[in-house]
Amino acid sequence: MTRLSQEVHTASPAPGADPAARQSAEDASRLREAAERWRAEYAASVGAQPDAVNRSGIAIEPLYVPADAPPSFLDRIGYPGQPPYTRGIYATMHRGRSWSQRQLVGLGTPADYNARLRRLIEGGTTAVSLIPCNSVFRGFDMNEVPAELLGTCGTVVDTVEHLETCLDGLDLARTSVALNDPLPFTLLAFLIVAAERRGLDPACLAGTSNQSDYLSHCVANHMFFRLSLPGSRRVLLDEIAFCMGRMPRWNTLSVVGQHMQQAGATPAQAMAFTLSSAIQYARDCIARGMRPDEFLPRFTFFFDVSISFFEEIAKFRAGRRLWTRIARDTLGARDARAWRFKFHAQTSGVDLTRAQPLNNIARVAVQAMAGIFGGLQSLHTDAWDEALSTPGPAGARIAVATQNILREEARLTDVIDPLGGSWYVEQLTDRMEAEIERTLAIVEDAGGMYRAVEAGLVQRMIGESARRFQEHIESGEQVCVGVNAWREPDEGQTHLAQPRPDPARMRSHLESFRRWKAGRPAAAVSRALDDLTRAAHDDTANTFEQVVAAARSGCTHGEICARLRRELGTGQPLAMI
Amino acid sequence: MELRPRVLVTKIGLDGHDRGARVVAACLRDAGMEVVYTPPWQDIPAVVKLAIEEDIDVIGISSLATDHLIVPALIEALRAAGAGDVAVIVGGIVPDEEVPALIEAGVAQVFHPGAPLARIADFVRSAAARVRATRFPDAR
Repeated sequence: MTRLSQEVHTASPAPGADPAARQSAEDASRLREAAERWRAEYAASVGAQPDAVNRSGIAIEPLYVPADAPPSFLDRIGYPGQPPYTRGIYATMHRGRSWSQRQLVGLGTPADYNARLRRLIEGGTTAVSLIPCNSVFRGFDMNEVPAELLGTCGTVVDTVEHLETCLDGLDLARTSVALNDPLPFTLLAFLIVAAERRGLDPACLAGTSNQSDYLSHCVANHMFFRLSLPGSRRVLLDEIAFCMGRMPRWNTLSVVGQHMQQAGATPAQAMAFTLSSAIQYARDCIARGMRPDEFLPRFTFFFDVSISFFEEIAKFRAGRRLWTRIARDTLGARDARAWRFKFHAQTSGVDLTRAQPLNNIARVAVQAMAGIFGGLQSLHTDAWDEALSTPGPAGARIAVATQNILREEARLTDVIDPLGGSWYVEQLTDRMEAEIERTLAIVEDAGGMYRAVEAGLVQRMIGESARRFQEHIESGEQVCVGVNAWREPDEGQTHLAQPRPDPARMRSHLESFRRWKAGRPAAAVSRALDDLTRAAHDDTANTFEQVVAAARSGCTHGEICARLRRELGTGQPLAMI
Repeated sequence: MELRPRVLVTKIGLDGHDRGARVVAACLRDAGMEVVYTPPWQDIPAVVKLAIEEDIDVIGISSLATDHLIVPALIEALRAAGAGDVAVIVGGIVPDEEVPALIEAGVAQVFHPGAPLARIADFVRSAAARVRATRFPDAR
């Protein structure tokens, strides 16, 4: 069963040549002999063994040798900070500057969020994130959804004033703000207006529109899928055009592989679909007259990192190499900043188990190591109690400590791309790259990502992979410690769940929202919404500019989403099993 | 007569993570059951209407992000519509301390992450048999 690069072990140079050739013939013969001896000993002791296959379907050999690494160091591996960026997008990587620790934050009312944020600021944080309530994700105001659900999975933010409360005390000009803000980007609009009210030029704002990748929402994270596919396509381009002109430090687009891998895509598929999405968005921008050298440097990526350790490392190294080629050769970018594959990673919740839940701390550490060795720019580590409930403060502390331990105690950052040059990792990087390219070609043949998603092709492929993975768990082929192997009697719960938001505080938040709404200048609100309608039907207008204007006029999140849904259509994912 | 359980797999509330719902729905279908599957975010009245129209024995609610908090309201609505005999099961992330309230409200079973599909299918089959037995006491 062992493949072991035959070419190296069987190639013999011409006989009778000079001493150097004789020496190399002797070396080759010794090498062949050593390989054969190992192969025989391995086979005798292991016998017939099932093939090891990773989650992306690639067969894994028991041993790798020098011939498994790519022949050309400079073209395929090279130096960090230089194309093809296999080893990292910056010359210094984590040795120079650690990754950002960007934990997701958000529960309860804006005041609850602000209290949490102030503790983080005291702890020296320079990068914050805001996760809004699921009501916000679905495009509703707080008075439009079941009250029991408010604030249980994120912060209830429906107005500029709510966002101001959230970010009170935060230096907006010096802190990078990641907003989980699907289009039409109401939170970004609120942030712009909040900055204006503080007398700041929005150009000073730095951060990322997370969840701007509507294709991933249509495919996998449906709760963020607010507008129809064509409507989404239009509004995203408007946001990118708006920010390129006025907010040069804002990352307009985060292309997301995380949702798709969480929904069941294999690591190679998730990387391929993400690259296909990025190609689609870039082509759409180019068709709109934008230049790749201007918009591509503001694209970022966001991935899941599973416990399939080497596979994940190879996924990231292959993705970086492919993106360099795509950005340069396919999309025609000339500026090296456009070739750099900047990404955030989140450890995968799918791998976490409810059985023996403290084991999740070990799982998250392994996942995080894979992401770090994979060369990420920013990392969220999951809390061990995620499989039990909304993570509590103790679990969140351990998740952050895990990153600190890996960086400062284990010193994983001392060497750049420390696994580069491993015959296995280099070979696996090549194999993953080929597998990713195979899926890229399937999407390309279907007419690009937009068409492939519209036709349900991507959804079907992900569904099949999810099914296959579940079958591997049910059959025991994929071991899950505590679930289908190494089970132990329940040791009893020691977990303290995150308390639900205080109903009284949420009620008062809701009441004050109602009062505020009733007291607004109604004429300005309806004028702004009518402007939004006109912009939606005028191809020369910028819808996002009107979203900002609507926020300035006191329109709520729900009103803006509802109006654009009416004009551009509601996002409806395909329901299929 | 062989019993083919009629199952509705759906999500109510605001969350959209549907991997679990899809995997469970496909498993129940492959186990020979009649499965009605919907996209997420169904209104409670819509679920009740569908359950009645489709003659559903068991409703499976998938909840990954606190939507289980409104399952008691679903059960009340089923009872009010005269469909209180439909068995309701919940699967997903439900904190232990919130399970008793669901059971008290009438939820037949809560399946946590890691529950084997075969166990879910077995439970659904016997729950459906119980529902049919109450609905058609003379059928046997």
